[in-house]
Amino acid sequence: MYKQVLEHITGVEIFPIISFIIFFVFFLLMLGWVLTLSKNYIRKMENIPLDEDSNSEKSHNLNAGGLQ
Amino acid sequence: MEIEKFSYDNRIVRNFAIATMIWGIVGMLVGLVIAFQMYIPALNFGIPYISFGRLRPLHTNAVIFAFVGNAMFMGIYYSLQRITKSRMFSDLLSKVHFWGWQSIILCAALTLPLGITTSKEYAELEWPIDILIALVWVVFAINMFGTIVKRREKHMYVAIWFYVATVVTVAVLHIVNSIEIPVTLFKSYSVYAGVQDALVQWWYGHNAVAFFLTTPFLGLMYYYLPKAANRPVYSYKLSIIHFWSLIFIYIWAGPHHLLYTALPDWVQSLGVVFSIMLIAPSWGGMINGLLTLRGAWDKVREDPVLKFMVVAITAYGMATLEGPMLSLKNVNAIAHYTDWIVAHVHVGALGWNGFLTFGILYWLIPRIYRTNLYSKKLANVHFWVGTLGIVFYAIPMYWAGITQSLMWKQFTLEGILQYPNFLETVTTLIPLYAIRSIGGTMYFVGVIIGVYNLYKTAKLGTLEANEPAEAPARETMNLATPGETKHRWLERKPLQFALLATVLVLIGGVIEIIPTFLIKSNVPTISSVKPYTPLELHGRDLYIREGCNNCHSQMIRPFRSETERYGEYSKAGEFVYDHPFLWGSKRTGPDLHRVGNKYPNIWHYLHMQDPSQISPGSIMPSYEWLQKDDLDVSTTEAKINAMRTLGVPYPKGFEKIANDDLMKQSKIITDDLTKNGATVTPEKEIIAMIAYLQRLGIDIKGEAPADMKGAK
Repeated sequence: MYKQVLEHITGVEIFPIISFIIFFVFFLLMLGWVLTLSKNYIRKMENIPLDEDSNSEKSHNLNAGGLQ
Repeated sequence: MEIEKFSYDNRIVRNFAIATMIWGIVGMLVGLVIAFQMYIPALNFGIPYISFGRLRPLHTNAVIFAFVGNAMFMGIYYSLQRITKSRMFSDLLSKVHFWGWQSIILCAALTLPLGITTSKEYAELEWPIDILIALVWVVFAINMFGTIVKRREKHMYVAIWFYVATVVTVAVLHIVNSIEIPVTLFKSYSVYAGVQDALVQWWYGHNAVAFFLTTPFLGLMYYYLPKAANRPVYSYKLSIIHFWSLIFIYIWAGPHHLLYTALPDWVQSLGVVFSIMLIAPSWGGMINGLLTLRGAWDKVREDPVLKFMVVAITAYGMATLEGPMLSLKNVNAIAHYTDWIVAHVHVGALGWNGFLTFGILYWLIPRIYRTNLYSKKLANVHFWVGTLGIVFYAIPMYWAGITQSLMWKQFTLEGILQYPNFLETVTTLIPLYAIRSIGGTMYFVGVIIGVYNLYKTAKLGTLEANEPAEAPARETMNLATPGETKHRWLERKPLQFALLATVLVLIGGVIEIIPTFLIKSNVPTISSVKPYTPLELHGRDLYIREGCNNCHSQMIRPFRSETERYGEYSKAGEFVYDHPFLWGSKRTGPDLHRVGNKYPNIWHYLHMQDPSQISPGSIMPSYEWLQKDDLDVSTTEAKINAMRTLGVPYPKGFEKIANDDLMKQSKIITDDLTKNGATVTPEKEIIAMIAYLQRLGIDIKGEAPADMKGAK
């Protein structure tokens, strides 16, 4: 029954194929990007949350020995 | 470089924290009530407003949008300010967002028990509240993008990407799924019908899980886990891959909620394939989270914050492996409509969302109150009670799901159903329902302990409403540095970034949804399928009001075990006048799609009055009030008009005589009931309900539906 419904839409079988092509092209491009990222940049990025910039955090972490 | 002094807004973070705790308690309490009602149906005390069908949507909405929603906003407002090194864009917008969101929740808490609902899961709120949600969401979006644009930190940390994806996708999902035509202030009909409505709803429902319960919390994980462990995330590169693959793949997977239904086969297959692919980014994220703790596991032993986070991330990993498994057709054939799904979602909600929320709360409240946690011991008690609660919740539900499904499918050697009486497969589960309610109670007790601990913590300190901070001014941040990569260009530009994320999400949506719009004209018309009579239409709206769809499906799958039990499997063409669709997703009671003409009217009358009288041991609550209350026929004309606008072929002028037609039909049913010993008058609601139930699924059997003047 499902097929009967869809057979009437011309070229419907192309939809899943398009989906895959779009996804894999996108994925490969992204992977390419990620692999070319420099070490320095990554180090800088991953440390953003750990930059202690406000007073309370500094004092809090001192009090609590960095862990609470 | 010039150093700027400014302050972080901690008050808004505190407000959202209080809201998440209060609504968490409310939402889980409602969950507990319905868990007990599952095996003690009398616990609604005959009050319509607290019957299972009305409370279940209240529970899901409260937990998803009130508990998890407020937790998400709390986490985002705290972390976003710090990773952008700037205060929120506008204090006023923050306040409007906070109070706007709380008023939406309040509206939900009032309307859902009153039976004001669209019946679409996790989108039950009626159209005026839908509009309010859209407005408040836009306020949140402006506030977030404003903050990102005026940030002092040049780069956008990965958590922000998850937040951005959340904001844009939830907006798209909410708007597309909520397109409905108002009938009265509190009643609307979905513009989509049947198969199409189902697909749009589960595209929404699945991605509400993806972009309301998952992506924002992954963003929170990428901020709070490194903070709590005091070390950077295991692999930043992996987090980039995690993000882009996750948002790209997630959006496709919705159709796995509709396997073996009357949904087109290729859409089902596409949903399955993308669901399986989803394992990769999900587990990438889980591994990234757990490996962040490499070399720091000794801290996990001591620090309750990390304990909560580890269990949360593990629950995320389990639920995201289970999800794709459940979307395999052979597994789905067993699990769908059963308590297995209830177990699955609670591993996610209690483990992933609940535990990450409390992990963050235990970390964050002492900080904004400038003190230490009141009691580490109590936090550990909360952790263990909560963890055991999850275990005692999930295991009986898995057991119940598999047991019931196997009983449904069991044939004797002679080839007939071994358990032809549906009720038999329910009463077997009652001990498991009882254990589940104990598990739920344990989790709830843990939450109460947690809230008490956090309250005492707040009492110990004072809220630092405006926390001073300083950072270099953002003079050069929008200038490109020589030799930078494309991605760095992209993550400096929040708007381009948001646009790309939206486009990615839309590709999946569009490819899935467009063909179904084409389907509308391609669903094989079944000439014997006719629109509902006015009385049946009212009955259908009562069915929606009482939330019958929370326990009864109207979708018979093409399995022999189902066609033997219920009758002919459901066809796409049978639902063309169903605005909204009522396929349901759980069979606590039997499927009702072919219930029409199966029992005499008097059976339904007595069954609604006291189900256990007709079916001893039934856990369905009594719907006595349907026999006492009069049907509101003042809206008949508006309903017929609205349906006609949506393409239901009621003849011209029919709306004027619709109530005459209604009375005629209800007299026939009333006479039949009276003849069989019931004392009832034609204007009662029960008559409309019976009319609707007797109409279900009979059109294709060639049994003529009740005569409707002219509507041919």
